[in-house]
Order: sequence, then structure tokens, then C-alpha cells
Amino acid sequence: MLLELIYDSKVVKEPILTRVAIEENTLLNIIEAKVSAREGKIVVELEDEIADRIERKFTEYGVKVRRLERGVEKKDTCVDCGACISICPVGVFSFDKEFRLVADSSKCMRCGTCVTICPVKALSLPE
Amino acid sequence: MKTIEEINRRIKEGSVNVVTAIEMKEIVSELGYEKAAKEVDVVTTGTFGAMCSTGVFFNFGHSDPPIKMQRVWLNDVEAYTGIAAVDAYLGVTQLSETLGMEYGGAHVIEDLLRGKDVELRATAYGTDCYPRKEIVTEISLEDVNQAIMVNPRNAYQRYNAATNSSGRILRTYMGTLLPHFGNVTYAGVGELSPLNNDPEYRTIGIGTRIFLGGAKGYIIGEGTQHAPPYGTLMVKGNLKEMDPRYLRAATFPGYGTTMFVGIGIPIPILDEDLAKSTAIRDSDIVTNIIDFGVPRRNRPVIRKVTYEELKSGKVEINGEEVRVSPLSSYRMAKEIAEELKKRIEKGEFLLTMPVERIPSRGEFKPMRQKEIKVVRSVMSSPAITIGPDATIEEASKILIEKGINHLPVVDDNGRLIGIVTSWDIAKAVAKGGVKVEDIMTRRVITAHPDDPIEIAARKMDVNDISALPVVDEKGRVVGVVSSQDLSKLLAR
Repeated sequence: MLLELIYDSKVVKEPILTRVAIEENTLLNIIEAKVSAREGKIVVELEDEIADRIERKFTEYGVKVRRLERGVEKKDTCVDCGACISICPVGVFSFDKEFRLVADSSKCMRCGTCVTICPVKALSLPE
Repeated sequence: MKTIEEINRRIKEGSVNVVTAIEMKEIVSELGYEKAAKEVDVVTTGTFGAMCSTGVFFNFGHSDPPIKMQRVWLNDVEAYTGIAAVDAYLGVTQLSETLGMEYGGAHVIEDLLRGKDVELRATAYGTDCYPRKEIVTEISLEDVNQAIMVNPRNAYQRYNAATNSSGRILRTYMGTLLPHFGNVTYAGVGELSPLNNDPEYRTIGIGTRIFLGGAKGYIIGEGTQHAPPYGTLMVKGNLKEMDPRYLRAATFPGYGTTMFVGIGIPIPILDEDLAKSTAIRDSDIVTNIIDFGVPRRNRPVIRKVTYEELKSGKVEINGEEVRVSPLSSYRMAKEIAEELKKRIEKGEFLLTMPVERIPSRGEFKPMRQKEIKVVRSVMSSPAITIGPDATIEEASKILIEKGINHLPVVDDNGRLIGIVTSWDIAKAVAKGGVKVEDIMTRRVITAHPDDPIEIAARKMDVNDISALPVVDEKGRVVGVVSSQDLSKLLAR
């Protein structure tokens, strides 16, 4: 599961992420981080089973949490060219037997690279 | 031996045997050439890829009072008007003057094809016969007299695959190329591609009727840059009869707009030789992987590769497995071959023999240039340099005395180890620091003495810097080239 952690100006200076990881004795994979003086956003990946518990903990420490939909969405305007296949860092895309492009959304890290390079703008990340 | 007349008779009678190029490979391996040639009358091929040399001739009809369009824009995309008064040619790679790479000639063509209205804006100098100097109106595909697609170069037989040895992401017409051989991209559909199935161009020539963008079209000659086995075709067709399913506008980020064009070509199986050539396999079709990391005309060939390897999704480069992206749609190419097969079976599409053959040889010559100006001829040399142990005061003294802003830092052997700029000195004064090596930039972007000046200018542009140390093969600094040196030479 992917969680988006939204820090406001009060908590942005606190090392909350590591605190939660240590206290809950768990691993959090940081996918994306943008932290500035007044606010910050970190996207972490974690096991589905512990998501509720971790979400609660972050909320206790004053961090807003939003669950992110994993995976890219493919519109039917896709022409199945395959330009996205080799640029995806985690190998989300492949062809099926009929040479249709398929996306294995469970692997997606939401980096957005495919969205920008798709020649016919057929890919998007769910909000 | 069969004739085209016999095949057309069978099409009209409904007894023709049409197979796609994909099916033909299996039939030949099962029956052999001889039997396959007797059994099969027509093999359909297809391709669906980004084809930049694509565009449409329009005739807009005359306004009242009439105008001789000197310049014309369709949705802010300029079309070429150096022909008769209300004729214009819109190319797919022409960019919108307001939206840039988001929207180009290809998008205008697709919008028209989808029934949308498009803004037409034209200006003129005014003549006795064409007094109007300006017009703004809206047009649709229905409104124009003609919309004739004429594509100077389509349906490449095969194409060089691309990779990138450099340390930077490259945005190219071959898609996005990741640094350090991060991926490979290729175009074309190999064994399904029309020209690969008739490599002698016996049945594909001037006058051949084809499937173009969903409509009937014609080959009008060999395409530009036709250089077998990298053959190309010039084609024409009526945009008004086409289907947006087979013509799709595209943007390659950082490069520009282009259009996916769907082309299908039927090959009459007149004899065993044609049965043999339509049995070609991806493993027989060889191309090169070339390195776009070298921004020169003669980009180095990294290795030879077959379409079979490219289609497997992985190729090996320098002992490492690299992922591959096609840029053409094999699924759409297959659909086109199947659609063309259906139309022939239904008797809607008759075959033609070429009225003239296209050349089976061709040379792709480089541009004749007066001279290629290289960095060596414009750089400041010998370079003024400094050692890493020098103090910041010494460095600033040199910069002031010599009136320069960039000071390469070299070791005892004259090899480049860093660079100090007047800005670094200012920072050092503000933050403290004693020696040059404390403040120098260690990852230096350099030029080679034999680099063309355009390459050096692009490096400065991309990296937002104003000078490059010029370094020879041994890593020694032989000069410095600045943006000022170049701006004197390059037209802005």
C-alpha cells in the first residue's frame, strides 16, 4: 500500500517518519519526498496488513495521511506502441499474447515517468 | 505463375485466398514455397508507426473578396503556402505557435478527421486579383474542397534502433532514452512490415493501391531518404475518406509532434519467389543499435541486432541486459493487415501492379556543408589554469587580471580536476574557504577540440553554464570555450 504523509508547518521539523518506524518496528519504503520549511509530503510504501496501525500512529503525531491508489490508468486511446515499457523503473508494462499493452498496477511506484512520455497521452495516475 | 488479372478475377468471384504476412510464415513453413505459391493469392502486410514526413494538401476555397494567402495557420499551426492562393500544405511536425509541443500539425489533422472545426487564419500582401489582406474563419473537413494526404516518407522498411551512452536523459524522435544504456527503442514491425515482404520491390511500386489511414491510397514513388534495405515510400490518399483509428497525433516529449500512420500493402503472390519473400522472419531482419549519446551525424553503431531480439523485449549491451521499447504498434499493424485481408475478401479492394518500379538501390548522402567549425578554432588557448593548492586570493587575482570568469583547475600533469568561476570566489568570500580545491566544482562538463561548435553550444544550453574547458584525449586542458566565443559565430 502507498500512504501519502502530509506534514504541516508544526510537525515538518520533527523526525516523525523514523520515530514511527522505530516505535512500530517496521520498514517503510520512501517512494517520494518533498519537504520544505513550511510543509512537506512523503509517500511511503508498506505492507497492507499494517497500514491501519501505521496510519493511526502518523495521525497521532500530527501528520495527515492519505491512501494513494496504486497504479497507472490506461485510457482506451492507447495505441499499444510500447514506448512506456522500457522507461518504467519497476517494469509495470508488458505486452500480452495479442500485443496489447498491459499494466501490472501492483508494481507501480507512481513516479509518473510513463505519463509524461506516452506519445498519445493515454496514461495517468489516479488522484 | 499467376497474373494480377487472375487474382483480381478471383477477388471479384469471391474465391481469392488472402492471408496476412503473419499467417504466411506458418503456411510456407508447413507447405514449402512451391505449394504456398499455388495456394495463396495475396499476402497482406501492415505497419503503424510514428511517421514524421506526413502531411496534407488543403484547398480552402476562395473567400469574398478573395485572398492570396501568404501565411496561413490552422489552430495556430502554420501551413506552407508558397503555392497557389488558397492551397496549403500542413505538415504533422509543425508546432502550434501558442501551445508548442502539446499541439502540432498532426493534432490539427486528427481534429479535422474527428469532425471538429478548426480556426483558419491567413494574412496576405494584397493584389489586384486578391485584394483581401487578412481572414479569420472556422473550417471543417467537410468545408474544404480537397484534403489530400501526401506523405514524402512513410513505411520505413527497417530503422536503426536507439540507445544512449551519455550520462543524461535524451529526448529524441526515438522516444526518451535513459542514460548509461538504460534502454533501447526501435521502430518498425519487422516481418509484418510491407517492404520487408517484397524486398525487391516487384509488386510495391509507383501506382500500387494501398491501405492508407483506413482509406484506399496509392504509392506515388520511392520516399525521401530511400536507401534499401532501409527503403521508404511516398504515398497519397484522401483524408476525407480516412478513419481516425488509423491516424493518430502524437507528441514525443522534448522532440515535438508527429503522427502514427497506419499503412497496409497487399502483395500478390505471383510466383514462388514472392512466396519466399513473404515468408521472411524477424530473425532474418537485421538493423543496428546506434548511440544517440553522440550528437553527431555518424552516430556510433553499438551492435547489430535482429527484429526478433528487439521484439523479445531485452537485448544485451556490454554484457548487460537492457530493456527494449517498440515505438510502432505491432497490435495495430496486425489489425491493419487483417482489415486489409477482410476488404480484399469482400471484393472491396482490388490489386494493382506498379506502373513503374521504385529503385532497389539508393544512396543516403550527407548534407554538403561549407565547413564544420570545431571548438579548436574558436577556443581561447593556451588555457589559463590554476593548481588545487593555490589560494582563493591567487585565483581571484588571475580572474581579474586576465579578465576571465572561468578557471580550470589542473593537477601536476595538466589534467583537469575541477573548475573555479568568479561566482565560486564570491561564495568562498561569503562562506569562507582557503584553497582552490575547497571551493572548486569537481564534476566538470567539458568539450573536445574536435567537437562542432553547435555541440558545445548545446552543452552549455542544457547545463545552463557559460564556458567549457576544452580537454584532449589524455584529459589535459588545451583551452576554454565560452558562450561569448560561440555567439559571435552562431546565428541567433
